[in-house]
Amino acid sequence: MISRREQDRLRREEGRGNGQILILTYTMAAVFLCMAGYLTYFMVTKSQKIINNPYNKRQEVLAKKVRKGKVLSGDGKVLAETRTNRDGKDTRVYPYGKVFCHVVGRDSNSMTGIEREYCYPLLTSHLGPLGRLANTFRGEKSPGDQVVTTLDAGLQEAAYDALGSHRGAVVAMEPSTGKILAMVSKPAYDPNQVEENWEELVNASQEDSKLINRATQGLYPPGSTFKIMTAMEYMMENPETYGDFSYRCRGTDSFSGNRINCYGKERHGKLDLQSAFAKSCNGAFAKIGTKMDLARFRKLNEKFYFNRDLPVDFEYNKSKFSMDEDSDMGEITQTVMGQGKTMITPLENALIASTIANGGEMMSPYLVERLETESGRVVTQYEPKSKGRIVDEWVAAKMNKLMKTVVNQGTGSALASLPVQVAGKTGSAEFDSEGTSHAWFVGYAPADNPKIAVSIVVEGAGTGSQYAVPIAKKMFQKYLAR
Amino acid sequence: MKGLDKTEAARKLMDFFGNMDVIGVIHAVLVESSKYIIIILFAIYTWHCFSVFLGNHMERKEKIYRRQNKIMYTIHGICALVLFLNSLDWKILVLYALQLALLLFINKAYIYVYRNASKMVLNNMLMLLMIGFVMIGRISQDSVIRQMIFAAVIAVVGLFIPLIIERFERFDRYGYVYAVAGMALLGVVLVFGKTVYGAKNWIKIGSFAVQPSEFVKIIYVFFVAAFLARSTHWKDVVRTGALAGAHVLILVAEKDLGAALIYYVTFLAILYVASQNAIYLGLGLGAGSVAAVVAYFLFSHVQTRVTAWQNPWGTIDGAGFQVAQSLFAIGTGGWFGMGLGEGLPTKIPVADSDFIFAAISEELGAFFAICLILVEISCFVMFVNIALKMRRRFYKLTALGLAMEYIFQVFLTIGGVTKFIPSTGVTLPLVSYGGSSVISTTILFCIIQGMYVLNCREEESDERAQEPGGGERKVARRARKR
Repeated sequence: MISRREQDRLRREEGRGNGQILILTYTMAAVFLCMAGYLTYFMVTKSQKIINNPYNKRQEVLAKKVRKGKVLSGDGKVLAETRTNRDGKDTRVYPYGKVFCHVVGRDSNSMTGIEREYCYPLLTSHLGPLGRLANTFRGEKSPGDQVVTTLDAGLQEAAYDALGSHRGAVVAMEPSTGKILAMVSKPAYDPNQVEENWEELVNASQEDSKLINRATQGLYPPGSTFKIMTAMEYMMENPETYGDFSYRCRGTDSFSGNRINCYGKERHGKLDLQSAFAKSCNGAFAKIGTKMDLARFRKLNEKFYFNRDLPVDFEYNKSKFSMDEDSDMGEITQTVMGQGKTMITPLENALIASTIANGGEMMSPYLVERLETESGRVVTQYEPKSKGRIVDEWVAAKMNKLMKTVVNQGTGSALASLPVQVAGKTGSAEFDSEGTSHAWFVGYAPADNPKIAVSIVVEGAGTGSQYAVPIAKKMFQKYLAR
Repeated sequence: MKGLDKTEAARKLMDFFGNMDVIGVIHAVLVESSKYIIIILFAIYTWHCFSVFLGNHMERKEKIYRRQNKIMYTIHGICALVLFLNSLDWKILVLYALQLALLLFINKAYIYVYRNASKMVLNNMLMLLMIGFVMIGRISQDSVIRQMIFAAVIAVVGLFIPLIIERFERFDRYGYVYAVAGMALLGVVLVFGKTVYGAKNWIKIGSFAVQPSEFVKIIYVFFVAAFLARSTHWKDVVRTGALAGAHVLILVAEKDLGAALIYYVTFLAILYVASQNAIYLGLGLGAGSVAAVVAYFLFSHVQTRVTAWQNPWGTIDGAGFQVAQSLFAIGTGGWFGMGLGEGLPTKIPVADSDFIFAAISEELGAFFAICLILVEISCFVMFVNIALKMRRRFYKLTALGLAMEYIFQVFLTIGGVTKFIPSTGVTLPLVSYGGSSVISTTILFCIIQGMYVLNCREEESDERAQEPGGGERKVARRARKR
């Protein structure tokens, strides 16, 4: 017989290490639960975005079972839909033709726009297993989910028409949410006939290309619209004394040997900040530039997403701001009045105007309001996302005042006749040595309760007042008439 | 309400069915509904993997095991039917019948030979083999035939493993033999090996390609367990560590990172349990982390894996391709999968082997995949359960070491495929295609089960020896055979 003590010793011996084994087991189990959790997280938050990739070749597989869903405007108009003919062949149809060709995009010849970004949701049916079974039973494809955009069909058409035969782009946003209300780019092509015209479309020069979405990808010098940034920086650097700013404009001036002319060498006379902004006096702004904290100004521009990835989920080009502490006086005086090396997209300019309209708080621009089933049951609702306060409320309020003066007394006076108060800034951005310029206008209305912010560029047309402001007028009329 | 008379109803039905392909409809309905049925069945199976711990009634447990068994055969049957209806290929039915015979044979023979062994482990082994057969067969029939031959051969060999373990009772005497044999085999690969997917870990013998590291990993556990079961004096730890380190370094030289990691972690786990000293574990993990950082800066192939993990989209044309395709598959499959035979798993590189988890998730759904992760945990828990009950130290350490090897390999493959961790290119044991993998894993399962059977037998004979003692039964059960 083994003694009791011996037995106890043996029992301990036998269990030696079991505590450690359990620790290892719990650790591995925890690691696996994390992994399962990660997979769940991936499925819920990331997978939809990730699978939307040209390298993922599964669209055709999905398209065998699901009819690609509709793309709708915010007011329920059909922007794109799939029609099945008697032989069972599917065709993607765009009822508005050229009007939405860039923002909604195309389905054939390498997808673009919403057609591309939302390809998988459009090819996913949230009909539920039973409904799908019923469709299978009837030998029909299940309808894919539909994308309800933030776009306003009427406003889009108004902007499209107002741009006329000019090349250019228009972006309209709702300042309080970031919803994109209109996005037009010209020249445009008819997405219904893209296959027939493909050769011609791809062979066009960059300048004439109808395939580029100028609203998000076109990079233009901002011209005087950039004085918004300069004015904000000046006020923020001199919060107590910016009201004392004064400059006497003789139509031309020289800063350390760098000559700056006002538009048409017009003499603006004695100016304070407000009148300099309203009359878009280049000399006054060049003078502001000479005393500016360049590092701080660069930071402000980067806060407004120059040189940075925009918080959007569609294709765009980054706007560029290159001035820094080492820049010479020539570059400084050019940059602060909106020439220089700065390049901006109409989208970025709309974002700046919209942020000021929203009291300094930036809302991420977005294009899709919700995904829903064909019968209208909401699958995913996209909420507005704030990027936080970019400038203080008082700066935005002061900017609002300056931009109202532009309309009431300055270069945007054509808008003064509207029943609502508009705030804005014009620009005429010179892009070649002959002095031809792109016409710009950014602004919003009603100035004290903004519902819409616009950014308009008309390529090579002339002054902002003459070519961009009338487009803005038509858009405000259309949108605010309701 | 006016009802239809019989003939009218029949005519309507005829009309309804007349203009469609009846087989097509039945097929579509079956494929559509089968994926939900498979997920539900597999979820029940998974639940039982854990619910078995809730009570202690033998009868209840037996019932659960039988139910799991039935579920496994049902899923297998549904999968075969769906694959057959998808292609109307009679070969699928023949392969199904052969697979069924093989699974039934393993099932019955192992219950007979491995008396007292864990039925849960057996169930899980069959389930994993079955899932592997289905997925590999869906991707390539030639591969699944080879996989079945390997599985059949090793299943028969496995029946003799308990006998071998019993015959060579003093397995723990040959530590040096295991170590030398292991290093020699790995060394041969280093010199004569063939490089596949960047790692030089294959040996070609005639028309057979073998991956020796899969087999060495078993005797490697024997070696570490034999050394550390005897003594954990620091000198012995250093000596064992040096020999284990040599194994790992050879693997690193072969660029077989996955195997190197598995070997290293297994050594640490056995050392931790044998010494009951967390300091060793801490030192080991610390040294491992330092080594990983050094490896990152020294070896470009390590950097490639890490970059591909951090941002597969940036390198989608190169290193990121595998992971990106894997995530496309998982993401597009969604929670319920595309349906068996309906996805594009062939777009995933090495879909039948290292990336089989992605193929499973694509066609059978992320729910199924998450259940599979849980079943793997269940396997590990059952292994550990056995290790806890082992009385001889060598058996305990071996069981723990093999369990660790198994689960860590599963972690590496699933983690790599889901982008939880950088991909290291190891197989999913029993599921992935690969003779070496399926043979070595089956041996691993058999050894753990075999040792457990032996452990129970020793307990029983102890009990008999103690029988005259009567009330001492419980204590005697734990007493060690001297």
